[in-house]
Amino acid sequence: MKKLPDKKGYFGAFGGKFVPETLMSALQELEKEYYRARRDRKFKEQLAYYLSQYAGRPTPLYFAGRLSKMLGRGIKIYLKREDLLHTGAHKINNTLGQALLAVRMKKPRIIAETGAGQHGVATATVASLFGLRCDVYMGTEDIRRQALNVFRMKLLGTRVIPVHSGSKTLKDACNDAIRDWVTNVRDTYYIIGSVVGPHPYPLMVRDFQSVIGREAKRQILRQERRLPDYLVACVGGGSNSIGLFHPFFKDKEVKFIGVEAGGLGLSSGKHAATLIKGELGILHGSKSYLLQDKDGQVNLAHSIAAGLDYPGVGPEHAYYKKTGRARYAAVSDKEALEGFRLLSETEGIIPALESAHALAYLKKSAAQLGKDKIIVFCLSGRGDKDVDIVKEIIR
Amino acid sequence: MNRIEGKFRKLRRERKKAFIAFITCGDPNLATTERLALEFARLGVDILELGVPFSDPLADGPTIQAASARALKNRVNLADVFRLVRRLRKKTELPVALLTYYNIVYRFGIKNFVKQASLAGVDGIICPDLPVEEAGDLIKAARKNNFATIFLLAPTTDTQRIRRISSNCSGFIYYVSLTGTTGARKSLPKELAGQVRRIKRITTKPVCVGFGVSNPRQAREISRVADGIIVGSAIIKVIERNLGRRALVPKVTGFVRRLRHAL
Repeated sequence: MKKLPDKKGYFGAFGGKFVPETLMSALQELEKEYYRARRDRKFKEQLAYYLSQYAGRPTPLYFAGRLSKMLGRGIKIYLKREDLLHTGAHKINNTLGQALLAVRMKKPRIIAETGAGQHGVATATVASLFGLRCDVYMGTEDIRRQALNVFRMKLLGTRVIPVHSGSKTLKDACNDAIRDWVTNVRDTYYIIGSVVGPHPYPLMVRDFQSVIGREAKRQILRQERRLPDYLVACVGGGSNSIGLFHPFFKDKEVKFIGVEAGGLGLSSGKHAATLIKGELGILHGSKSYLLQDKDGQVNLAHSIAAGLDYPGVGPEHAYYKKTGRARYAAVSDKEALEGFRLLSETEGIIPALESAHALAYLKKSAAQLGKDKIIVFCLSGRGDKDVDIVKEIIR
Repeated sequence: MNRIEGKFRKLRRERKKAFIAFITCGDPNLATTERLALEFARLGVDILELGVPFSDPLADGPTIQAASARALKNRVNLADVFRLVRRLRKKTELPVALLTYYNIVYRFGIKNFVKQASLAGVDGIICPDLPVEEAGDLIKAARKNNFATIFLLAPTTDTQRIRRISSNCSGFIYYVSLTGTTGARKSLPKELAGQVRRIKRITTKPVCVGFGVSNPRQAREISRVADGIIVGSAIIKVIERNLGRRALVPKVTGFVRRLRHAL
């Protein structure tokens, strides 16, 4: 089998490097340094050390008994508990890896974009941990709905730069982060938070997040003595899902299901279901599916979950979709709220609204998955950050 | 011969430097763009760089972002731009290069874009987010239609890449004066002249400098080493200041005239 991505950063027809010329040398340098680090035992040991001693890996693979029973049909659901990680989501797996790389490349300053604020907090955290200066770009709409995370970033010594343009959400935060990087490329490392962006980011972030799937595989084999039938995870940019899916890529009997944000409904035009409703295009450095109009202008995405509110998606997901390796479904804002309650009430775990989408999918579609199936579910983050917004809606 | 190449040949013969003016098509409306273009031709602007608005212009600073947003309010698209250039062509041979982000071209269809643009009288394309490595299809389609593919070089581009990019460039080479987005700057990097000389030792193609050029003094300084200058944001600022006023066109042409005379 061919290696993916290929040398030019393509997963089949998706990926590549579409950036201003000013960044090309930085990307080449990053690529070279990353390939070197990836083979370097010291780098790997360092990363493993911080993942276990600082972030709290391995995370448990928890059999959700009451939830499974509720869904019935002999289904067994295992939750991969990324919500238990330091900072409360899977994002830290990636920021630790990239920050170590930034240190290795002697970059004194890091920048990031953030939607829900989870990647922003995870970046601010590693900046503090390694003594790096840090600026995080965040849309003003997201600053409003994720106030808690904004405050956390500030406590960690990071400057949060509000972005007023466009939809004032993740997409626009990405634009401004790229503009910053173009300007300060010589001393700044850009930590992208998902499996998006120009090569080598989709590869690099996937590698750092694959620890989710590698652990889950080991754990499920120990607990069930067989591979799961399904992997289920939410997809915004797609990093927690790729992290879970990728280590199972060659296990053809394991089916992948990615759940996108259906917002106010797929026909409403207000959603973030890029893989289901998008068309091929180029945004933020790579070629992938994109929510866009007939002229090629990027549409505003919508989701109750800030972390899914993005009109693009990682190129590896586009490849999984095109080749049929994964299936993608969408659930609405309303259904996601049911998912949010479901896990809170059955298992005593308040999930992030992002993960709640995938839970809602399970509730809605359990009947179609067949009897006696084993499902590994990526609980990508905890819901503390969303309590305010959910309170506003439920009231 | 392509109008852009013809223009540089003529300038070289006359030992003159190119003055390239950028405006966003449809900012604040298509009629104004058309009037400005005709005025530019009359004033001796050598090449018109016409921006096609995009929702996410990530190589642009605040000034051109705002221009792009104004044009998008009018839902300006490639079909409008082609129609406008077609109208210009009845009156002027001013070379026109489009500047837009790659998704706009990709969505339209690369071959179709080159064909329609050439038919309308457009002479070339600049995509600030399309590195030469990804531009194979565009270059192929462009060569068949005698259509210029203008690529950017940056201060961070190494010698090997300068060679590769120059050899794929037609029309002229667009040197980005600084690391950053577009936008008027009070001062430009000290290394600028040295950088341009370095590029000119590697290639014989015309090298024009853009990003940050905002006043006649800078224009004059740069034109000592480069084959031309590109001014965008500084012109758009004049548009911005005169939005909704009758004086918009005369103010902009007045500013462009002063820049032109500086060369």
